[in-house]
Parts: sequence; structure tokens; C-alpha cells
Amino acid sequence: MIDWCEKCEELMQPFLDGVLSHDDVVQAERHLGKCTWCAKRYRFEERLRHYVRVATIEPMSAELKQKLAALRTPL
Amino acid sequence: MSESAPSTAEARRLAEEARARVRFEEEALELSDQVYRVARRLVGTREEAEDLVQQTYERAFRSWRQFTPGTNMRAWLLRILTNLNIDRGRRQQRSPQTTSLDTEAGVYFLYNKLEAQSPDGADEDRVLERLSQDSIVDALAEVPHDFRDVLVLVDIGDFSYADAAQILDIPIGTVMSRLHRGRRILKKNLADTVVPT
Repeated sequence: MIDWCEKCEELMQPFLDGVLSHDDVVQAERHLGKCTWCAKRYRFEERLRHYVRVATIEPMSAELKQKLAALRTPL
Repeated sequence: MSESAPSTAEARRLAEEARARVRFEEEALELSDQVYRVARRLVGTREEAEDLVQQTYERAFRSWRQFTPGTNMRAWLLRILTNLNIDRGRRQQRSPQTTSLDTEAGVYFLYNKLEAQSPDGADEDRVLERLSQDSIVDALAEVPHDFRDVLVLVDIGDFSYADAAQILDIPIGTVMSRLHRGRRILKKNLADTVVPT
């Protein structure tokens, strides 16, 4: 018998990356709709990715922007 | 007719090439924030990232004819950048040793650890609030570079597996395995730095 929580764990990363097959997405969503334990962990993973993305933003300095613009071929 | 004077066709060709070059440079500059954002997390310091981005644009503007219009310019620029990064001797940089625990730590390792420290049954956002911005930046910087490169390109740069494979010149299967491992190491690092055991 399939352990759906285990299967769900295996499918989580490709699911969040949007690379699962249609059948696997349907299976994962069906399980997530029923299992709060897995759903909670999926939401956490999704939020964590967003958090990492936002936390690691460091804007480019105006000086560098100017230096790059100065590399353009003069018209 | 003078032999040195360019023909009308030649003049038209030169004008068209000049326009194509301007278009290329403008398009590349519009992507500079995104290129810098990835560069900043591939290397250790702001100065290194700035040097790398500047060199990337110098090289890109010199070799603009090698870019195929209509293809992914952001990936093309990042390919130049990662090659330059390797040329700069990044491979000699300190690469933290990974312990067997890195791979043994489960997918839910971080969640379980954070949740255990929030006994009031906190929701996902409350659990995440325990992570500071600095701890995330530090935890990512401590991921060994082979794994970090893929992690940064896919999770921060929003590149597909296929683009990341092309940029780093590695098979797509290697992208997937490094990404999988890199994410686990990141979470393990976060758990270690944020939540004292």
C-alpha cells in the first residue's frame, strides 16, 4: 500500500518547481487536500522559498549602474 | 565614383548593424539588476559581485555578435558571468566540507526543528519569523559553491532547470540533484544557525 505522506514528501520539490507530470500533480493535490500534516509542510516550504528570495535581495549601487551605462558604444 | 566611398547597400548594412548593437546594449542593461542580484549571491562580497558584473558587461558588449536575437539574453549574460567567476579562481576558494548529516537531514528537518521550538502550534508564517534576513544570507553563503550556484540560479534567479544546465554547462540531471542537495544543506544551515541545539 502506498504511504501517501512519504510520496508527498518525495513530490514536494518538483511540485513546487512546477515540473511534475499532470497525474502526479493531481495525486499530490488530492493528498494535500486531505492531509493537514503534509499541507502544513508544503505551505512552509513555499513560504520559505519566498522568504529566501526576498531576504537575499541587495540592490545594485547607482555607481555600478553608471559604470555599466558608460560601457555602451558611443552613438 | 570613388572606390573608398561605401555603396548605398553597405551604408545601409552598417546603419542596421549599429541599430542592432544599440538594441542589444539597451536590452542587456535593462537586465543588469537581475544579473547583479544573482551575481551577488554567487560570490562572497559586494565588491566581487560588482567587479564580476562589470567584467560580464564588458565581455558581453565586445562579443555582442555571438548572441542570437530572440534567445534568452539573461541566461546568455549569466553564462558569461559564471565562466568569468570560474576563471577568477573561484575553485580555489574555501569550500566548506559537507558532513554526512547534510544528506541525511530530511526534507522537513528545518520545519520540524522550528516547530518544536514553537510549542503553541504556530502557523507557517509564525515559524518562519524565527529566521532573520542575516541568517538566511549567511546560511546561503555557507552552502558549498557547486550546490549554491544551482540554488541561486533556480531559486533566486528564477531560471529553469534547462537554463541552469546550459549556464553552468552541466547535465540537467546534475542540476536537479545539486538543487535537491543544496536546498537540504541550506535548511540544515538555517536550522543550525538560527535555532541553537
